[in-house]
Amino acid sequence: MKTSKFLFVVAAFLLLAQWPLMAGQYGVDLVTKIMIFAIFALSLELLVGSTGLVCFGQAAFFGIGAYATVLLTPQDGSPSLLWLLPACVLLAALYALVVGALSLRTKGVYFIMVTLAFAQMAYYVVHDTPLGGGTDGIYLMSKPVLGTLLDLDKPQAFYGFTLACLVGVFGFLTLLLRSRFGRALAGIRVNEQRMRATGFSTYPYKLAAFVISGGIAGLAGFLFAVKDGFVNPELISWHFSGEVLIMIILGGLGHLRGALIGAFAFALLQEFFKSEAIFGEFAKHWHLGLGLSIIACVALLPRGLVGVPGQLAARLRGREAGSHDAAAAKAPHG
Amino acid sequence: MDFTTFLIQCLNALQYGLLLFLVASGLTLIFGIMGVINLAHGSFYMIGAYMAYALAPVVGSTFGGGFFATLAVGLVLAVLLGYVLEWVFFSFLYERDHLQQVLMTYGLILVFEELRSLMVGDDVHGVQAPDFLAGTLPLGDLMTYPIYRLFISGVCLVLALAMYFVFTRTRLGMMIRAGSTNREMVQSLGIDIKFLYRVVFAAGVAIAVFAGMIAAPVSSVYPGMGNTVLIICFVVVVIGGIGSIRGALLAALLIGVVDTFGKVLLPQASGVLVYVLMALILLWKPDGLFKAG
Amino acid sequence: MGNPSDVLLRGSEITRRWGGLVALNKVSLDLQRGTVHAVIGTNGAGKSTLINILSGEIPPSSGAVELLGQDVTSWSQPRRARAGLGRSYQRNTIYPTFTVLENCRLAAQATVQKPWLWWTDAQQCTASMTQARASATRAGLDDLLDREAGLLSHGQKRQLEIAMCLATKPRVLLLDEPLAGMGAEETERMLALLAELKSSHAILLVEHDMDAVFRIADCITVMVNGTVIACGTPDYVRNSPEVRVAYLGEH
Repeated sequence: MKTSKFLFVVAAFLLLAQWPLMAGQYGVDLVTKIMIFAIFALSLELLVGSTGLVCFGQAAFFGIGAYATVLLTPQDGSPSLLWLLPACVLLAALYALVVGALSLRTKGVYFIMVTLAFAQMAYYVVHDTPLGGGTDGIYLMSKPVLGTLLDLDKPQAFYGFTLACLVGVFGFLTLLLRSRFGRALAGIRVNEQRMRATGFSTYPYKLAAFVISGGIAGLAGFLFAVKDGFVNPELISWHFSGEVLIMIILGGLGHLRGALIGAFAFALLQEFFKSEAIFGEFAKHWHLGLGLSIIACVALLPRGLVGVPGQLAARLRGREAGSHDAAAAKAPHG
Repeated sequence: MDFTTFLIQCLNALQYGLLLFLVASGLTLIFGIMGVINLAHGSFYMIGAYMAYALAPVVGSTFGGGFFATLAVGLVLAVLLGYVLEWVFFSFLYERDHLQQVLMTYGLILVFEELRSLMVGDDVHGVQAPDFLAGTLPLGDLMTYPIYRLFISGVCLVLALAMYFVFTRTRLGMMIRAGSTNREMVQSLGIDIKFLYRVVFAAGVAIAVFAGMIAAPVSSVYPGMGNTVLIICFVVVVIGGIGSIRGALLAALLIGVVDTFGKVLLPQASGVLVYVLMALILLWKPDGLFKAG
Repeated sequence: MGNPSDVLLRGSEITRRWGGLVALNKVSLDLQRGTVHAVIGTNGAGKSTLINILSGEIPPSSGAVELLGQDVTSWSQPRRARAGLGRSYQRNTIYPTFTVLENCRLAAQATVQKPWLWWTDAQQCTASMTQARASATRAGLDDLLDREAGLLSHGQKRQLEIAMCLATKPRVLLLDEPLAGMGAEETERMLALLAELKSSHAILLVEHDMDAVFRIADCITVMVNGTVIACGTPDYVRNSPEVRVAYLGEH
């Protein structure tokens, strides 16, 4: 990673670590939620930005992680983090394996829609069958603990744990993407034909990316269920799949920090437009502001928010901002 | 089930399928010809339904007109809306990649939702079918069938035939078909591609709005209706094959049947059946049922 | 024609039908070690189809493909590539956003995939790096290693095509119009490279540039409408009456 990007990420994580000391309960709660969405966004970035697989059913893996958390937690006593977390991640990854194995037979828009179809199937299972408790959703009986070390019922502890997960996932993906496996994914994204001609069987790589992505999304779902203590079918809705896609496009595809930035930007924009202090009466029409902001962002920032420093720098240097060559030259190894 | 019930379900499936086809045809045209993914297409349907609710009293008091007058006014407004929208917004999306289009049209959905909320509110409304269509037809000894639903099916069928005629027999149709398979060639033939796109887009919008208007008495008018129809329309387009009107018709009817009979025979699984159908078809034919054109 | 073990790639009676159309009709050819075997023919003669079948991108309707003595007819393209079959494309099939070095390195990685080592940096992989530098140098690109591949000139991109082909250390090379769109000087450079590669590989060359073909090929197969109408040395082909009539006559 280039130094400036590395410093940005380190600074961001340091800021997040300091946040509970600066903010009140609402602030901590909000940022915890955003960090969970950031983990969710990172999972999708692995598929969309790094491998070029646009999955429109990511919410299914998130939702399965969340529902598994609730359904696997015993009625009595707090379950141990040590088995509950891996179990939920594994279940989400398992569904991703099934979905991936079948969806990867299709390409382009059809692939997008097949992934959506599988997410909708999961949605209707929890929505219409007794398994998921229907539209009312189900409540988490008790929050998991790590022995006596960690009680996730406490907001501060949970914030710290979520931040640790975020840093962990970010670090893992950074290493993964620069490894042989990650470079192969990049090659598949840029020119799958050449990858195959050189001797890479591309299907196993794509499937592996799918499974890893699903697992990470499941982790985010687990954290979400533990945070709110409540899950409902809307966690598997296509609206949610769409929102996370919006987040990473907004942040900028092809960059891990784009997922981070996108998740924060999307959530903060929502908070901004919802704020009655600023908009008073109109706060209930916050969708309008959000929609216009999204349109403006795409119109003005073709590479997402991640590209803003680059565009500004180019502007200052007098070159035409956002031109194709300038954008292409910025990509290090792709 | 007995024969009469079966017949009623068939008629329902037909009506739902044909209505779906109407909305989906606009989507597949816009996507197939202009290569633009438009998530806001469902919003046009919603706009149509709310228009049916909001315009009727206005048209009634201004012109003294009834149902058909409202439809006509709504259509004119829709064509205008489509024309302006393409000119001001969508024409900038052609060069953008698909994901940017997804993002921008998603923003558009939010904008439309709130504009509607500001103009007519968020309430759910019922719309009355016009009196001369509000009756029922007897079916068998005990059952009846609403005439208005037959009217919907009839209108959709007429429009489908009109579309078929335009596509296969007119010059405009030929240009549209050529445009959907080879954009550059159409341009190099000197056809004004900008005008063609604007016409196609306006038509797509008008069709979706019109569908919303005539569906209003049957489906009622509620805020989330655009999103619901959008996702099913994408399923129709994908099953049918992007850019294929024929495919959209077949897929829409298929979905109509699966959804209608699913609700009756397997109510618990009815929501998911359409998606299972899509997954199965795509796994069999990864490019949809038909190619474009 | 020579020791059977020298035949590195063999196509036997390859036929390919698209619906009612016969694109290839019982085409057979041998690729011997140390030779350049050119395939020429008019447009639509089936050359692309042939090369796609040999490389494994499309299956034949009937017939067989043998690579290094093994029947690979049912093998996928990646599998054949791993067994020693390299392929370059008529249209540049490179990674435009990666550097030249990374293009070659990723190609070389195909031979040392090791995807489970998720924590190690791919750029530190000595095996793929050395092989990448070697093949880039061989293709004449050693002063362009850090250039972004999309910014290369057309001729340099064609060189990169070859370099990526070589990065996997193949025994057999299938080259689809490597000289396409090249100027005189670049063509000379490419022909010199091919002459140098000849000794250690078996090369199949599909080309339109007749001068280049007759200069460098040891054996020429002439195809018209999916059928082989002549196969032999350049002199044989030059003097063959069938070829004159069907192909060279129209030239």
